[in-house]
Amino acid sequence: MSLEALIPSAIDGLMLGFVYGLAAMGLTLIFGVMRVINLSHGPVIALGMFVVYTLFTGPLGVNPYLGIVAALVIGLAFGVVEYFVALDRVINAPELTTLLATFSVNLMIIGIATSVFTTTPRAVDVSLGSVGIGNVTVLGTHAVAVLVAIVVAAGLYGLLFRTRVGKSIRAVANNRAAAELMGIDSRRMLALAFGIGTSLAMVSGALLSTLFPFNPLSGTGYEVKSFVIVVLGGLGNPTGALLGGIVIGLLEGVTTVFIPVSWVPVLEYVIFILILLVRPAGLLGARA
Amino acid sequence: MRPTRIVAIAIVGLVAAACGGTTTPQASGAPTSGGSAAPAVSKALNIGFTNSQTGAQQVASTKQTEGIKLWVDQVTKAGGIKLKDGTVLMPKVTFYDDGSATDRVQQLYTKLINDDKVDVLLSPYSSSLVKAAAVVSEQNGKVMITAGGADDATMEQGFTNIYQVYSPGSKYLTGAIDLMLKLDPSIKKVAIVNEKDSFSVSVVTAAKPYAESKGLQVVVNQGYDTGTTDFAPFINQIVAAAPDAIIGGGHLVDGTAFAKALKEKNVSARFVALLVAPPEPTFADIGDAANFTVGPSQWEIPVKYNEAAAKALNIPFYGITSDSFTSAYRAMFNSAPSYHSAGGFAAGLILQRALEDAGSTDPAKLRASLDKTDVMTFFGRTKFSTDAKTHGKQVAHDMVYIQWQKGSDGKLAAQVVWPTEAKTAEAQLRK
Repeated sequence: MSLEALIPSAIDGLMLGFVYGLAAMGLTLIFGVMRVINLSHGPVIALGMFVVYTLFTGPLGVNPYLGIVAALVIGLAFGVVEYFVALDRVINAPELTTLLATFSVNLMIIGIATSVFTTTPRAVDVSLGSVGIGNVTVLGTHAVAVLVAIVVAAGLYGLLFRTRVGKSIRAVANNRAAAELMGIDSRRMLALAFGIGTSLAMVSGALLSTLFPFNPLSGTGYEVKSFVIVVLGGLGNPTGALLGGIVIGLLEGVTTVFIPVSWVPVLEYVIFILILLVRPAGLLGARA
Repeated sequence: MRPTRIVAIAIVGLVAAACGGTTTPQASGAPTSGGSAAPAVSKALNIGFTNSQTGAQQVASTKQTEGIKLWVDQVTKAGGIKLKDGTVLMPKVTFYDDGSATDRVQQLYTKLINDDKVDVLLSPYSSSLVKAAAVVSEQNGKVMITAGGADDATMEQGFTNIYQVYSPGSKYLTGAIDLMLKLDPSIKKVAIVNEKDSFSVSVVTAAKPYAESKGLQVVVNQGYDTGTTDFAPFINQIVAAAPDAIIGGGHLVDGTAFAKALKEKNVSARFVALLVAPPEPTFADIGDAANFTVGPSQWEIPVKYNEAAAKALNIPFYGITSDSFTSAYRAMFNSAPSYHSAGGFAAGLILQRALEDAGSTDPAKLRASLDKTDVMTFFGRTKFSTDAKTHGKQVAHDMVYIQWQKGSDGKLAAQVVWPTEAKTAEAQLRK
């Protein structure tokens, strides 16, 4: 145990927590609007990584941060298509049906991605230098990831609370039948919400690709983490998801000072179970 | 069903899937024939193995396979392996992609033995995959020469059919500690951060007490899971403990990421030695982060094991020279061989010599021949333990240490820094 490692570990964890939070926001938005537990979330995160990688290593050598913008757009389109292909016809079925529908998408993405990209680890070689103060070194790539995560999260809030489309999405989330009576095309709003949620997952994957090596299976770990974060923050609550991400990131950073790193996932799942038992609504309640 | 319950079910399912290993369908591809048309009097020698065309071990495994392919090519061009009774064995290799996954290795080695009816086996690359293959080989009584596995534990199971060409893992970092203390006797504190796979653990299990026996204080001793990509938690602990030296690592991907993270976080240790990754030419892709990193290697181009060296030990020299191997390899694959390439070729050579000596592919005769093997090749000395518990374990091969150094032209080059008789440059402390 070394307290000297506490501050740098906490900062590293906090920074990573923003990216975790962004991924979890996508998952919780989809659940909040349409009560779908999206098991294609992890592979979509991995797809975001490969969007950046493919553009970066392709003939155009697209800057990874421009690749993140591409991931945002591709994610939105992918999510809308996924909604109409896999979910639209079963959206009113019991939750287990939609869960299985997204799980089938999960398997398809993994199958195709591993065939195309193989499981060989890839990396996007990007360096933005670092800033060091004492024993704290903040990497440029991590700082930019935090910045992008904050901008995207703020953009989501702007969309949901400051635009007509956002109000329509929230209306559908609150009461689909009433929203339809008000003239809102709920089907379009559900597809759009699923697209936005998928886009958030893809952007978080794109950000992670600038930080760590990855392969098509890398999304699974982040998906599991997203579920823990979503439950911690409160199912269906994007603010809670961002907060939950920061808490989990911070926890990951700080606990490694006191316990072996390999015990951190155990601790996370213990928290997950405790939240389910003691406060199933999560830190910030059920729905925003 | 309540949403929280469904989430709980979902997460349990995902965790179970993650713990159960990959569910990825790896394209195994068609068996690849490395042989060519054999003379009428000849007999096919069916050799089977798996390699990692995908997954974490892809780079090193590909190099190993290239070494095997070169050996097959040379034997074929030379007219096959000639036995005492006049039979000529023409090597024909069958291999599949194991996707770097142990469950695939077990399935595919079973297929190689039962469906493809191979005569003899070579190993996959990496200790965990070798361990999986060894169990199947042993159960089926098939001789397997392990080209890419250094784990001590696998070779301490009392197996009777498995023969290890590499120096065992327990020798990997003990030599690096000797080199480090020779370079700077004032080094006192060392951090050990290693992958938690069987190979890396066996390396560290030997290195830690060895370091302590040399008066070193181990200030950080942490393992990381296979597949780890975020090394920040470990590096923060290392920075706080301020060690003079860092040793550990695991394999290519994690070792490369670890070295890169050490540079990014400006870790100021004077000596860094990592497993497996540094000897691979692709390690230089991380640029300045590679500089001064030391890596244990089973073989390097400048190390010359030759007839004179064999004579000094009163053992025979067998096969081609290091220069011949290197030039043939460059001609065939248009790249420099790594120790993994040399290991693949050496496994073929050892098998070839044992077959010539045994005069048969009969497993019992082949085992008897391998048990009495004590020979030098371009790869170094090869001798197997005949002790019941450690049967087949490599007991005579020596390690080499390389260090990445920037030359006067600013380019990184892997220099041999140990043993002293083969060094191409003096070892340096990190700056």
